[in-house]
Amino acid sequence: MRGLSRRRIRGIMRKELREYRRNPSLVAGMAIIPLVFLAQPLISVFAVSSSASATLRQHHELLYMLGIPALVPATLAAYAVVGERQQGTLEPVLGTPIRRQELLLGKALAVFVSSVAIAYIVFGIFLALVALFAHPGIPSSLIRGPDVLAQVIFTPLVAAWSIWLAIAISTRASDIRVAQQLSALASLPIVALAVLIAVDVIHATVGLAFVLGATLLVANRLGWRLASALFDRERLIASAK
Amino acid sequence: MERSLRSEVADGRPALSVHGLGRRFADRVAFEDVSFEVARGEIFGFLGPNGAGKTTTVRTLGTLIAPTSGTATVAGIPLEAENGVAIRERIAIMPETPGLYQRLSVTENLECFADLYEVPEPRDRIERALRAVDLMERAHDPCGTLSKGLRQRVALARALLSDPEVLFLDEPTAGLDPVASRDVHELIATLGRSGVTIFLTTHRLEEAERLCDRVAILNRTLRTIGRPGELRDQLFAKALTVRTIAPLAEPESVFAGLPAVEGWRQDGTGVYVVAVSDIEFAGPAITRALVAAGADVVTVSESSHSLEDVYLELIDEDRETGRA
Repeated sequence: MRGLSRRRIRGIMRKELREYRRNPSLVAGMAIIPLVFLAQPLISVFAVSSSASATLRQHHELLYMLGIPALVPATLAAYAVVGERQQGTLEPVLGTPIRRQELLLGKALAVFVSSVAIAYIVFGIFLALVALFAHPGIPSSLIRGPDVLAQVIFTPLVAAWSIWLAIAISTRASDIRVAQQLSALASLPIVALAVLIAVDVIHATVGLAFVLGATLLVANRLGWRLASALFDRERLIASAK
Repeated sequence: MERSLRSEVADGRPALSVHGLGRRFADRVAFEDVSFEVARGEIFGFLGPNGAGKTTTVRTLGTLIAPTSGTATVAGIPLEAENGVAIRERIAIMPETPGLYQRLSVTENLECFADLYEVPEPRDRIERALRAVDLMERAHDPCGTLSKGLRQRVALARALLSDPEVLFLDEPTAGLDPVASRDVHELIATLGRSGVTIFLTTHRLEEAERLCDRVAILNRTLRTIGRPGELRDQLFAKALTVRTIAPLAEPESVFAGLPAVEGWRQDGTGVYVVAVSDIEFAGPAITRALVAAGADVVTVSESSHSLEDVYLELIDEDRETGRA
């Protein structure tokens, strides 16, 4: 990180956030995935009667929502490099003094801030709806401190992993849709793991949380290096439009 | 202050100095063995047909791709991988397509690049750049709503933001209508007068002839370099074109033996092209000889060759020799 320009990173991040706001298809993509992940747990929670609340205690329904930080950034970050290449904006950017690490960090931070904010907001909405409208007894069975804490801690970790994977794919893809599909596919294992823990196929323990957290931290570090290594300025320019 | 420091460092050195530069992509040669120098403040035209290697040369000098042979200095800095950032801080490249963020406004596009170049007082710089290209009134319009000519102007404003020592313009008028092209030409001429070194690639010969101090013609290798007038003189003999109302009865007896006349040929009915070594000496002698021969002379004028003639001569030569 030494020698990197904060101003350049901030410049790219600000530009990305402005582009998200004005890109209807990206906004739609950002909205649909959270809605799906909000609806599924809500339906299952509202379908449960008060007497069946004990069943909920055996599950970790909240963890379904880790699908949001896994999939929302995948679609956004997949656009990062191949999108610029397709719209012909990559060459002017790379013609400036920006380093590849600054460019990738700026883009990653923009995706990270957006997707983590969306994940937390949707999670908050879910908790509020459950607390207000679920049958009595359900909220206390569902909303448990460790699960909420896990959601809060794992959301940024999962999002970061998904971002680096998608950016790595984006540096090598030649089409935005292909990049988005591959990125979503690459993020599915982590969604599957969250679902397996949610339905208690994999038993959630504090030890498991530590192992998964540490693994994601290391994976994020490696992901950042992988994405940087795959970003080949010359190949991207030589094959640009 | 920053500008004056840079100038001090680079003073006395050419803005661009290129020696035997080349770039291959696997077994395909983009360009090779290219050598030239561009003085500070010069507008240098880089001409060539499509696929001649002009854009690859710009990308190479702009550190976007690495050369596979040769050496160069750009803005006084050796063209080496570790100097990429330092070189890009001192130059600006305007690619053939403007590459603007269509959903962002003109100002937002420039704000982004002001950050990337880390320009001090970005608001002032942006305003100055917009004034230079006469776009203040459209500053808040999304770039996607602008015409092609206006987008090209935004790209030019973006290139001016960092106050570059060397400005690379890659086909700046490609796809523009004549009015928009004229506007861009005027902007380039104004920049040239302000002392910016401009490296202009184009295949529009009238553009190069109008704007450039010197031109180089590239067709994978550098075919020639010089001032447009010098190139014409190098490639084409000086000649006078004689027009008469009726064909001369015995043109050989009129033109042969006249001082400074090296040869002649008929170029249509009553039109003769006379090769001469000295126009000012030969012109009056030819006129006197024509009058003495009783010819009804319409005009005696200097034959003109455009840069286009030079260009086509060289490119045709390459085709004949199978070089290109």
